[in-house]
Amino acid sequence: MKRTAAILIANPLSALGVALVALVVLSAVFADFIAPFPEHRGAVVDFANFNKAPGWPYLFGTDLVGRDLFSRVIYAYRISLMLGIVVLAIAVPIGVTIGLVAGYFGGWTEAVLMRITDVFLSIPPLVLAMSMMGLLEPTLTNGMLAVTAMWWPWYTRLVYNLTRGEKEEGYVLAAEVIGASRLHVVFREILPNCVPAVLTKMTLDLGFVILIASSLSFLGLGVQPPTPDLGSMVADGAKYLPDSWWLTVFPGMAILIAVFGFNLLGDALREILGVDQ
Amino acid sequence: MTPPTLRIRDLHLSFKTYSGLIEVLHGISLHIRRGERVALVGESGSGKSVTARIILGLLQTLRSARVDGLVEFEGQDLEALSWRQRHRLRGTRMSMIFQDPTSSLNPVYRIGEQFHEVLRRADAAITREAADARAARLLEDVSIAESARVLESYPFQLSGGMNQRVMIAMALANEPSLLIADEPGTALDVTVQAQTLSLMRDLVIEHNTAVLFISHNLGVVREFADRVYVIYKGRIVEHGTAEALFEDPRHPYTRALMRAIPRITGGGIPEIEDTSDDYYAPLVVHEGCGEPEGAR
Amino acid sequence: MSPVVRLILKRLGISLIVLVGVSMLIFAIARVIPGDPARIALGPNASAEQVEALRERLHLDEPLPLQYAYFIADLAQGDLGVSLYTNRPVTTDIAQFLPATLELIIVAGLMMIMIGLPLGVLSARYRGAWPDNAIRIVAMLGVSAPSFVWAVILMLIFAFFLPLFPIAGRIADSFSVPSVTGFLLIDTLLAGDIRAFGNAAWHLVLPAFALALSGIGQAARLTRANMVETYDRPFIEMARSYGFPERRIANRYAFRPSLIPSLTIIGLDFAALLGNAFLVEAVFAWPGLSRYGVAVILRKDLNAIVGTVLIISAMFLIVNIVVDLLIALINPRIRLSQRS
Repeated sequence: MKRTAAILIANPLSALGVALVALVVLSAVFADFIAPFPEHRGAVVDFANFNKAPGWPYLFGTDLVGRDLFSRVIYAYRISLMLGIVVLAIAVPIGVTIGLVAGYFGGWTEAVLMRITDVFLSIPPLVLAMSMMGLLEPTLTNGMLAVTAMWWPWYTRLVYNLTRGEKEEGYVLAAEVIGASRLHVVFREILPNCVPAVLTKMTLDLGFVILIASSLSFLGLGVQPPTPDLGSMVADGAKYLPDSWWLTVFPGMAILIAVFGFNLLGDALREILGVDQ
Repeated sequence: MTPPTLRIRDLHLSFKTYSGLIEVLHGISLHIRRGERVALVGESGSGKSVTARIILGLLQTLRSARVDGLVEFEGQDLEALSWRQRHRLRGTRMSMIFQDPTSSLNPVYRIGEQFHEVLRRADAAITREAADARAARLLEDVSIAESARVLESYPFQLSGGMNQRVMIAMALANEPSLLIADEPGTALDVTVQAQTLSLMRDLVIEHNTAVLFISHNLGVVREFADRVYVIYKGRIVEHGTAEALFEDPRHPYTRALMRAIPRITGGGIPEIEDTSDDYYAPLVVHEGCGEPEGAR
Repeated sequence: MSPVVRLILKRLGISLIVLVGVSMLIFAIARVIPGDPARIALGPNASAEQVEALRERLHLDEPLPLQYAYFIADLAQGDLGVSLYTNRPVTTDIAQFLPATLELIIVAGLMMIMIGLPLGVLSARYRGAWPDNAIRIVAMLGVSAPSFVWAVILMLIFAFFLPLFPIAGRIADSFSVPSVTGFLLIDTLLAGDIRAFGNAAWHLVLPAFALALSGIGQAARLTRANMVETYDRPFIEMARSYGFPERRIANRYAFRPSLIPSLTIIGLDFAALLGNAFLVEAVFAWPGLSRYGVAVILRKDLNAIVGTVLIISAMFLIVNIVVDLLIALINPRIRLSQRS
């Protein structure tokens, strides 16, 4: 653990990744203390200060009803991160379990499970989430549900491929020879060997879930106003380009910074844990 | 007197790692005269293969490698050459044969295309047709009768022994004066390995090619080489003609190595305790086998 | 039967099964949602009789498997039903909007391959040195923002601040091009109007690049990773020992074996292009499938949603069959071996 931390800091790029992720996570956690106008996360209007260019005290400027953009970006981070964590907390166990079962048991189980996975994988992720969101009501909970539905198959595929490789390894054969139960082999012998790859993917995906969720809300199919959301902020601001450029540029950069940070961190982890791409 | 084809003097190699410099070669010297077959024998990790790669100039591109010492090819100090001049020698004046023939040939190109590429090193303008014709003759030299089929094949369609012959033909295609063979055919069946090696020996004798033969297998070395250097942990420990060395091994490590031959199943690699006196036994040079002095 | 033909037939078969699965999935999602689709379609002011009539027309009273059977029977005749939003057959709607989207996606896909792969090759060839580091950072930035953010940024810089490219649309209004294929780049050429072709191409640059950016990053990263692995293989050392030029080793000897694993993933990445096209079209007011798709989704227009998703999935599967074919062509092992 200590060694991992040391290597992370030693490489300038991974150190940048750690810094960006820390920035995003800390501002999400301490939003109430950092945001200069915490009440602006809701349906507040302040027409005296509407559409102000970046400056003091509005670091990122204000939107068309006079809300501080900086405060809203910080609160949007909180919601994005929460969404990302919930999605992965549901999608990863499901995807991993199906992948393990399909990879280890083989035969009909494998054929059926992997064809179902293929079905999910052959609808472009955004399109699947979009149609689910449209048919359900666009709420935060349904957003999580839709993104989860498109996310688990990727873990199934990853773990399925790993399991098929590990299945032939000596330690698995050894466990089978001494009569270990199938459940024991799957969860106690094979699963631990998939952990580094899954962990790396989760780090990367935390960024990509934020990216997809913002894409959904950009199309008006995600979190609904007045809840602050980076995607819908960009969508609203795009109508006022180029004059009110800050309305799109700052929320857009906020997405970029978060995803870039998780990407750098994930890449560094991949190298340290020795995970193949 | 013509200079030896290859002369190495006091060659050091070290790698820069996180925990400092690690020296892998502690000053080895060897030479090969024109048309001579010289073996460098030792276990894996003793520094044989890195020596081959230093001669070709492949290792120097690694930023972690520090190379020091003299490497002379036909009287010419290789380090004094420009990168371009040195590059020009590869594949033309010196070439190399690798351990596993099948994985050393590119999997997605036909043998004929790969031959063409090799022949273009000596004659940049050679056409594919001319290259094919020349390759067919070269393949006949290594006893491949159906050369047309082989040239049209991909490496995975040929047997290991066939690929080994292809590789020998390629290595000799541009008539190099030095051939480096790094554990040739170790990945093959023993019988196939023996066949291809005797083929290779006949060819290098015919072409008067000098060979640096790198191996851990004393039995093979005895068949192939005129002269033998034994290398152990980055040092040459014994040097003599094949005859003298096999008749009368003098260094404790050489003796341990020879005792290890028949034991296929057990015993493993001979090892000398680095606390014992044997570990510090000096280099043994057999009569009449000194290192030649350079012109300078 | 040649191995390639057999491979293609096998892939077609699997794709068909997957497509049936997709239709079931999307049908299930569309039918199990709460609320009465007929009521939603007709709005709160419709009478109970009207709703009942529509339910009967859409077979909504039948059990779910029978509904699906009706749906498949219609589908087999090329009938995806009528859109409740446009009141036209869904196939007509899709035929109208799809070409613009396809044109955008194909150009973006070409950009992804023609920029992403060479960047990956360069990166691998100079691994550890500055070109590698620069390309890796750029590639990672490319994948780190959704394409609507790139679209907005590109538009702001290259259309507003530096007015080099048009802000929106497919072609200037002053051109009238008879629609033959729906692909403007082709229609303008068929009409022999070079200026219109130039104008259409000029309109395509920013949207296609915005759409391609994350794909370029992905392709570069992937190619680099596979090439670095290939560089450790013995045949590269053999090529070096023969003194083949470093550039030739990168572009031929290391690239082609690395392309085989890269292509598979690039085919899968095409899914992202298909989805992200919705985002880019929204920013650049591109008259493609996006506005239609979002509109029908927001109106819960079942037939149109099912039809749009099916078409997009079918395109994705076709692209992957093409990718498999390409792999078979560059990988002699598949092309020549008797087993698949």
